[in-house]
Amino acid sequence: MLRVDRISKIYRVGTFGGKELHAVSDISFTIKDGECVSLIGESGSGKTTIGKMVLRLVSISSGVITLDGVDISSLEGGALKAYYRKVQGVFQDPFSSLNPVFKADRIFQIIQEQFYPDIDSQTWQGRVEKTLRDVGLNPEHVLNKFPHQLSGGQLQRFLIARALLLDIKFLVADEIISMLDASTRIDVLNLLAELKQRGLSILFITHDLSLANYISERAVILYRGCIAEMGVTEKIFQQPRHPYTQMLIASVPRLDQKWSSATTASSTVAQIGYQHGCPYLDRCPLAFEKCKKRPDLVEIEPDYHVACWKVSDNHR
Amino acid sequence: MSLQIENLTVHYQTLRGDVHALESSTFNVRDGEIMGLAGESGCGKTTLAHALIALAPPMKFVGGRVLLDGEEMPIWDTEKMNDFRFQKISIIPQYAMNAMNPIRKIGKMVEELLKSKKVNPKSVMADMNMKLDLVKLPHEVLGMYPIELSGGMKQRMVMVISTLLNPSLLIADEITSALDVASQKAVAEMLVMFRDQGCCKSAIVITHDISILYQIADTIMIMYAGQLAEKAATKTIINSPRHPYTKLLISSLPQIGVKYVENQLTGIPGKPPLLLHPPEGCCFRERCPVAFEQCSQVPPFIEIDKDHYVACWREVGSNA
Amino acid sequence: MKNQKKKNEFLYFALRNKKLLIGTSVILIFLVLAIIGPSLTKNEPFDYANPLGPQPPSSEYWFGTTFFGQDVFSQFVHGLRATFFVGAIGGGIGTLLGMLIGFVAGYRGGVVDEILNAITNIVLVIPTLAVLLIIAAYLEVRSIFTECIFIGLTAWPWVARAIRAQTFSLRTRDFVDLARMSGMKSSRIIFSEIAPNMMSYLLLAFILQFGGAILFAATLDFIGLGPTNAISLGLMMQYSVLWGALQLGTWWWFIPPGLAITLIVGALYSMNVGLDENFNPKLREL
Repeated sequence: MLRVDRISKIYRVGTFGGKELHAVSDISFTIKDGECVSLIGESGSGKTTIGKMVLRLVSISSGVITLDGVDISSLEGGALKAYYRKVQGVFQDPFSSLNPVFKADRIFQIIQEQFYPDIDSQTWQGRVEKTLRDVGLNPEHVLNKFPHQLSGGQLQRFLIARALLLDIKFLVADEIISMLDASTRIDVLNLLAELKQRGLSILFITHDLSLANYISERAVILYRGCIAEMGVTEKIFQQPRHPYTQMLIASVPRLDQKWSSATTASSTVAQIGYQHGCPYLDRCPLAFEKCKKRPDLVEIEPDYHVACWKVSDNHR
Repeated sequence: MSLQIENLTVHYQTLRGDVHALESSTFNVRDGEIMGLAGESGCGKTTLAHALIALAPPMKFVGGRVLLDGEEMPIWDTEKMNDFRFQKISIIPQYAMNAMNPIRKIGKMVEELLKSKKVNPKSVMADMNMKLDLVKLPHEVLGMYPIELSGGMKQRMVMVISTLLNPSLLIADEITSALDVASQKAVAEMLVMFRDQGCCKSAIVITHDISILYQIADTIMIMYAGQLAEKAATKTIINSPRHPYTKLLISSLPQIGVKYVENQLTGIPGKPPLLLHPPEGCCFRERCPVAFEQCSQVPPFIEIDKDHYVACWREVGSNA
Repeated sequence: MKNQKKKNEFLYFALRNKKLLIGTSVILIFLVLAIIGPSLTKNEPFDYANPLGPQPPSSEYWFGTTFFGQDVFSQFVHGLRATFFVGAIGGGIGTLLGMLIGFVAGYRGGVVDEILNAITNIVLVIPTLAVLLIIAAYLEVRSIFTECIFIGLTAWPWVARAIRAQTFSLRTRDFVDLARMSGMKSSRIIFSEIAPNMMSYLLLAFILQFGGAILFAATLDFIGLGPTNAISLGLMMQYSVLWGALQLGTWWWFIPPGLAITLIVGALYSMNVGLDENFNPKLREL
């Protein structure tokens, strides 16, 4: 349904824009109808940029994103609006997503004005209240309030409700629960899982492996703008092949086992953007001569790809 | 070292009245103990940390005593606290990466800091080099500007600076939240190393991420809405908590290996109370599945097992 | 309910802020004088009312009379009206123009921003006085309105710059992204999402423009580029110096207007600082 084909995002940086920053470099993956795919990466991996490219908020430097076969960068005006009826996003900071000078329900009014101008206010109100209940909110408690009067969890549900009012097929969820309190996180996550079971496709962007495992069938591990590993989530976590994924899983603090005493290689430079060769070269314990050339993303098993010379060479 | 807190109460002054950020907290931290302080936003953990080290408006000291190594700390008096800060009690602040002056070389900044505390920089030099080795930073870092270091390196540098004078108590305020996974592990392990090497005697680690605490803390204290809920050894909190809030909190944390389709986790419905007019009695009452009439009184924070403290009426009388 | 509390909180601090109170009071006093002043005197500003020529303040002529026997008080209150008019309209034009250019440049970015930036820089560097002298040489009759337009067309650059910078930073916020995903047009986003967040800044900008316009107008009037068919405080000062007030010692002709301009502009700046403290919670004292 959504197909991301060799997309890249290049920013001009430095004085007079002389240098280039490859925030996203040659990424390809697909998301089928009703599927939840996690985009897992740390800060600087390019995951948010990919999400914004799918949402048409950031332009694509090269490559193509298609929704049901239609190239999304060709959409303008009315066609773009039609796209937003099918695809919406929810971001990390609920308080930043809402204009602080207006009441929170204004986002619903805007949806009505822009997308459903013919519906009368009575019917619309009914729809809004039903959708609010669907996301687990009590309309009486949350309507007619300013954002700062509601909690982060309530606001995220508000934003999910807004997307649902449009009857979308695809949701980009960018770290939507990382700013919420531990006790409310799981409820919003459960809501997302429920919606998925009702047929919504989700691109779940996160840095937290356990959340990805909880909710998504397939996962894409990103590092510095490149794909390291991609496949069925469970398989990746039970037996990671790429050295970066292995390091990630070993370093994440868990509640059921202590860290191994092996030290993990910390980076001495900022980890943003792709430069040349294998992005993990400076930290990888298995690096060898070939790694100076960027590894191909090789399908070592059905629907399981790894970008590592060591792994793909051994596999042949 | 030992830290004894007795009935510490700190409020925030606002236009609409006082916010009861911390109410009558009483607990101890032993020599060599790394205590994790966890809780949701608004629970009072940051207030507690800042009250101990820099109690300034809009915070207001309402009552209580703080004894560090048997000596009373005058936390209400910013001037008098100068003798304690950095020498006996020190903090690694949140957003530590931005805590260094960007236009000063790091070594120069450290020199100025030491001189302001009337300490001869040269006398601490050898010790500092030893600490830099501990955190795997090259000695040349003193001649660099903060912008030349990565996030993890800055965090480690700030850790070294905060412990220059070997304080008795080190407070670490969310030191791992802004870091990537590998740096988080490195920094957390370094904290333990500091304690083991004597760079600080004990530490209080504040975080919202309980899994980090499982890795490095000896004890964990859970706070809720300005009140203490439970304090016990790490394993006990994770595996056999007694306070209803702790139980619900631990069970709502997703772990690698848990999937929605197999094992749906539940959160805690509702949200924490506003502390402008705090509710009577136990703050967790409204969301608690086992609340009863007694909960309209504030439950005492008592020892129900060896070194296991709980503030819950359901637990009173069970093992005491 | 919460909105009520917010307004009250604002007023609470506003009424306690000395700078704001003093500034606003001074402006109000002058405003009232400008409105009712002309009806307090029966003389028109240019009437040769006093055959005795320059006379110091007396019970008949409160501010005395000019070299030609004109009533200084009458000139003063009529001049105040003109001054406020120039401040409002001239300052208003400057603010609106600055807003238009600043918002568009800040939101659009890219080529549009480059072009508008270039225009802003050019206008900023133009020696306005020299240009005005040339223009004045071609215009036989100048009205107050023309003066307002001059001032508006030359004062907008710094407002545009500041608004552009703010818009740049607001443009990347999530709620703007949300508005884009809701299918809103750019112009709508600027005016209904970004501008409301800058309300306090826009108010402050207007107040500063108001004061700046008055000051600039007074300067123009004083050097002889003022309106040819009206009276203003600056013109009073020009006439007084032209007709020997300094040598003859007719202080009552130039001191009132000079003092008034100083007080008004000073009060406006004071209001500005007070409002800034008010809007920015971090600067408030409890």
